[in-house]
Amino acid sequence: MITTLTDPFDALFSIQRALDARLASDWLRDATAGMGSFPPVNVFQQGHDFVAIIELPGVEKSDLDIQAKESTIRISGNKKVAYDEGISLHRRERIAGSFDRTISVPVQIDPDRIKAEYRDGVLALFIPRAESDKPRTITIS
Amino acid sequence: MAPQELQVQRKRELAKKEETTVPARIYLPSTDIFETEEALTVVMEMPGVDKGNVDVNVEDNVLRIDGRIDFSKYEGLQPVYTEYNIGHYRRSFNLPSRIDRSKISAEMKDGVLHVVLPKAEEAKPRRISVG
Repeated sequence: MITTLTDPFDALFSIQRALDARLASDWLRDATAGMGSFPPVNVFQQGHDFVAIIELPGVEKSDLDIQAKESTIRISGNKKVAYDEGISLHRRERIAGSFDRTISVPVQIDPDRIKAEYRDGVLALFIPRAESDKPRTITIS
Repeated sequence: MAPQELQVQRKRELAKKEETTVPARIYLPSTDIFETEEALTVVMEMPGVDKGNVDVNVEDNVLRIDGRIDFSKYEGLQPVYTEYNIGHYRRSFNLPSRIDRSKISAEMKDGVLHVVLPKAEEAKPRRISVG
């Protein structure tokens, strides 16, 4: 669990360590089309539910398409890098192109209640776990 | 031309001149730089950085850009699968021609920062006509 410490530098470092610790774990197993696919995805658990955070700098909201079906989520779109003509380009590191990635989560989710937020080039998908998949406490009679 | 399929660009870490007391990582934003007769424009990808958390600084012809991410939203989240790390961004460039510091402007959209550095009058190219 990531908890924020009082010192912001310490806090960021502890988040970086926590992210490193789960780097390409087998949680998504082979169900995810290719490690190294664009866009890179981080998946977190929040209580019973999940949050996927995806970096898509420079992608306009209108160029982003998200579909959910059963336990798969498909993220596709187009990233444009366009400049006026007649410029002299000194350095070119940003890349443009299309992307299409499907992630399959290894739990039952409720695809109708997925919420998506896109802000500052970061997409956050709030993925609720299906009620039928949530653990139940069994009372001993 | 058919659009190319995007590949993941691995984040590169900033090589720091001085070490920080806490070894938190700082990343280099992917950057495009282009020039026109009027200005130099620097375009940087800094996903997760709000426009209020960007510092653009020009000193001794060195442009330095800092972008701080808001990591408070990660509080209470338990990572289960990760493919990238997060951190603040920082990058510096030596500027080639004289810049009019009073006219620098910056704009942030969808995690991409555009900094326009207009050239000082004496640095703009002049067309010399042969009489």
